[in-house]
Amino acid sequence: MQDLVPKEFKERNSLVINPVKTCQPIGAMYAALGIHGCLPHSHGSQGCCSYHRMHLTKHFREPVVASSSSFTEGASVFGGRANLETALKNIFAVYDPEVVAINTTCLSETIGDDVTSIVSGMEIPPGKTIINASTPSYVGSHVVGFANMVKAMVKQLSEKREPAQTNNKLNLIPGFVDPGDIREMKRILEAMDIDYILFPDQSDVLDTPLDGNYKMYPDGGVTIPELKDTANSKATIALGALASQPAAFELEKMHDVKAYTLKTPVGIKATDEFLMQLLKITGQEIPAEIEKERGQLVDIIADTHHQFHGKKVAIYGDPDIVISLTEFTLSMGMKPIHVLTGTPGKDFEAEINKMLKDADWESNVAAGGDLFQLHQWVKKEPVELLIGNSYGKLVAKQEDIPLVRVGFPILDRSVHSYLPKIGYKGAMLLVEKISSALLDRKDRDTDFELTEFVL
Amino acid sequence: MKDSKAGIEEILDDVLQSYPAKSMKNRKEHILVKDRNKSELKIKANTRTIPGIITNRGCAYAGCRGVVLGPLKDVVQIVHGPIGCSYYAWGMRRHQGLAAEGGKNFINYTFSTDMQDSDVVFGGERKLKEAIKEAVEIFNPSTIMITATCPVGLIGDDINSIAKQAEEEYGITVMAFNCEGYKGVSQSAGHHIANNEIMDNLVGIKDKELDYKYPINLMGEYNIGGDAFEIERILHKIGYDVVASFSGNGTADQIKYSHEADLNLVQCHRSINYIAEMFEEKYGIPWLKVNFLGVDATIESLRNMAEYFADPELQERTEKVIAEELAQIEAPLNRYKELFTGKTAFLFVGGSRAHHYQNVFKRIGIETVVAGYEFGHRDDYEGREVIPDIEMTADDRNIPELEVTKDDKKYRLRISQAKKEELQQKMPLDYYGGMIKEMEDGSVAIDDLNHHEQIKLTEALKPDIYCSGIKDKYTSHKMGIFSKQLHSYDYSGPYAGFKGHLQFAEDIAAGILNPSWSYITPPWKEKTTLEGSFGGGE
Repeated sequence: MQDLVPKEFKERNSLVINPVKTCQPIGAMYAALGIHGCLPHSHGSQGCCSYHRMHLTKHFREPVVASSSSFTEGASVFGGRANLETALKNIFAVYDPEVVAINTTCLSETIGDDVTSIVSGMEIPPGKTIINASTPSYVGSHVVGFANMVKAMVKQLSEKREPAQTNNKLNLIPGFVDPGDIREMKRILEAMDIDYILFPDQSDVLDTPLDGNYKMYPDGGVTIPELKDTANSKATIALGALASQPAAFELEKMHDVKAYTLKTPVGIKATDEFLMQLLKITGQEIPAEIEKERGQLVDIIADTHHQFHGKKVAIYGDPDIVISLTEFTLSMGMKPIHVLTGTPGKDFEAEINKMLKDADWESNVAAGGDLFQLHQWVKKEPVELLIGNSYGKLVAKQEDIPLVRVGFPILDRSVHSYLPKIGYKGAMLLVEKISSALLDRKDRDTDFELTEFVL
Repeated sequence: MKDSKAGIEEILDDVLQSYPAKSMKNRKEHILVKDRNKSELKIKANTRTIPGIITNRGCAYAGCRGVVLGPLKDVVQIVHGPIGCSYYAWGMRRHQGLAAEGGKNFINYTFSTDMQDSDVVFGGERKLKEAIKEAVEIFNPSTIMITATCPVGLIGDDINSIAKQAEEEYGITVMAFNCEGYKGVSQSAGHHIANNEIMDNLVGIKDKELDYKYPINLMGEYNIGGDAFEIERILHKIGYDVVASFSGNGTADQIKYSHEADLNLVQCHRSINYIAEMFEEKYGIPWLKVNFLGVDATIESLRNMAEYFADPELQERTEKVIAEELAQIEAPLNRYKELFTGKTAFLFVGGSRAHHYQNVFKRIGIETVVAGYEFGHRDDYEGREVIPDIEMTADDRNIPELEVTKDDKKYRLRISQAKKEELQQKMPLDYYGGMIKEMEDGSVAIDDLNHHEQIKLTEALKPDIYCSGIKDKYTSHKMGIFSKQLHSYDYSGPYAGFKGHLQFAEDIAAGILNPSWSYITPPWKEKTTLEGSFGGGE
């Protein structure tokens, strides 16, 4: 029960209640799973690693394997060098990954373990790769951890060809999205006949078929040669500023690969911008198939606008996805009146406020907020729909508001990670979800005698 | 048994072969094949996790905040640390709790100080104090518990003195738990830390006149999927009154006067045996090892309880309730037994269920071929008689041992020493015999099972059901073997008591009999696709 949430607002500066974020290493673990043959490794005490594996497993309903340095109190005082060395020895002997991607926790960060120097002093088996990212849990959120690991991929692996020569490829960083989204991005790129390097790529890693054979390292994931080759690409498109921009900027800084940061392509406008950028960079044409999908989407929204136009909505979750969802609901004619992320950062508030500037209503916008705060907003000014992750269920249930599940994590429903929310196809699915949620509620609330078949 | 003993040894040798020498030596001591003819069945347990081995274990914080404290519904539990630890303890373990009449229920909330880098540099004490103040102002709880996470111990935040100050300032109970994740080697350390603080600062701080005839405490039962609801239903039907629950559907308020009980029931030995022992020392209340998982174990536990209270009327009611309850489930359970007979199970669960579920499976015809604990100690495997032989390690020494003494005012002998000794001949009073004694010859006990061992043993033994947690569930499914989670119950339950056993059997049936398993191999890989003649053949 969320009946202890009072309507009257009390300033909180120190107590976070029901967060809309989690900590860095889980994002780094997720990113690392998008490398082919990679075992994510958590340099800290083993509780973190178990929690992160557990949580990703619950969202994807797939095996998520990662190892830990398993710190004890001794290591926590004297440093975790011996633990990491032992871990890597065991990992290569027993699990034989192609790559180990090490993230850190608040423990190893607080004691100041220098993972880079520990690893560089070690002999690793020939042909194997180790990368590491510093992911202190007391900075930012899981999305920042994702960004840090993706940045480490290019920083530690990308290699300029000698002599310099372009591979004629486009780098695409999809951001903290699901395998279903990545598949959709690939479909678009392939439909446009664009040669690309997409990283990290969790498709065919976290959506594998059940065929009776367990593969610890599934078929998917970006390969090490591809990651090395990112230095020779024509340009990098970073989808989602928070998750993807640091890696794109790093490539630009190191190897002069031009970086373009775009919104996560959720909704018409963001997808249009994504396609326009692809056109500009590659000179390819938009295939008729994709143009048709766009037209179908516009058709659907126009035909069904009465189902959602003017409806008040609260959106919460991770910054990149919330920014795009806010824009999409606006383009559908909805009214996003509460918009919140748990991840701190001024850019988020600025971006959302810019979008809402022309709207004639007051909106609550917060970065670094929590679900308790969102709940209080909703109590003060009710909405007709919530859009966000599974935890919003607490608000939805208490206030009797329909919830459309989009984002991370979705723990209480299945199939979501297989389907796209990006592109025109993804937008169609979102419109379907939004209108169904609103119409299910309308049907439920309509007297039997007044029930209609066509809405 | 499917495989001969020699077969098992070979399989285990094969499993161990992949390890580097040092790890192989270590792992070897954590695996044991049950053999009744051996005079000593010793297993190594509760030692450090091998780095990089892909353990299933969690940390001391999880054992303290997640397991023991989490279910206490009237407590605001402030996690002092960066956000992750608090976030992952939010709604992920299914300890259910219904608000007591007029009481507050914080089960669906999680509270954190959300430590930032400046708090790590300059210390987080100011923020913690402020967080407590904000919690008091918004929720006015009767008890606040503060739990430490990894960085707290390292930066030296004094959460104990902050708790003490807050207790005086706000006139409520405020407790601090030094359960940093790196303490000990697993969740187990967290259990011990939670037990110590609860015993020292919560139990016995309030006196209450109870007009209960058979007052009992339920210990080490966390109400996963409503287990404690089912247990309490049976106990109430017989005539018992639960004074306090440690801690499923429990409240800190009840624990404050839990010394008024006459018997402590211990379900999960690992997590709560410290409190059970200290209760006896301090207040003279013995503990009985019970098991409400499985009808056979439930019946035995109920009979033992009735005999302890030695009241013919109670014994009669016990038998009546057993008969009534059995009548409702015996026939379907027998049908499931027919259906499942010959099937095998692989159990790997935290610190108690790998033992408790063996009788549940047995009753429905399923044999356990491997069983292991993430963080059990030797006494959970071999029985409490080995406790004097357990060697202390450097990691154990970091966890404080709490010494309690007889409380002169509240100590009251519940039964005479002679009576106790008599009962101990018949039932596990102040005793737990461990898991291994009840296992079949040729079955394997394995401690701190890792990913490699899960896969190798599953491939070799081909169990029909793999029972563990969420991290290895889908690995098992990819191998085509149904996996039942014995932590979360796969969002079902209760599995305890009479009704629970039937629910469990139904869920196992759904899992094994679901048609999906028969579709794993596509038809074009099963039979020839050449049919008749095409293109002018014969």
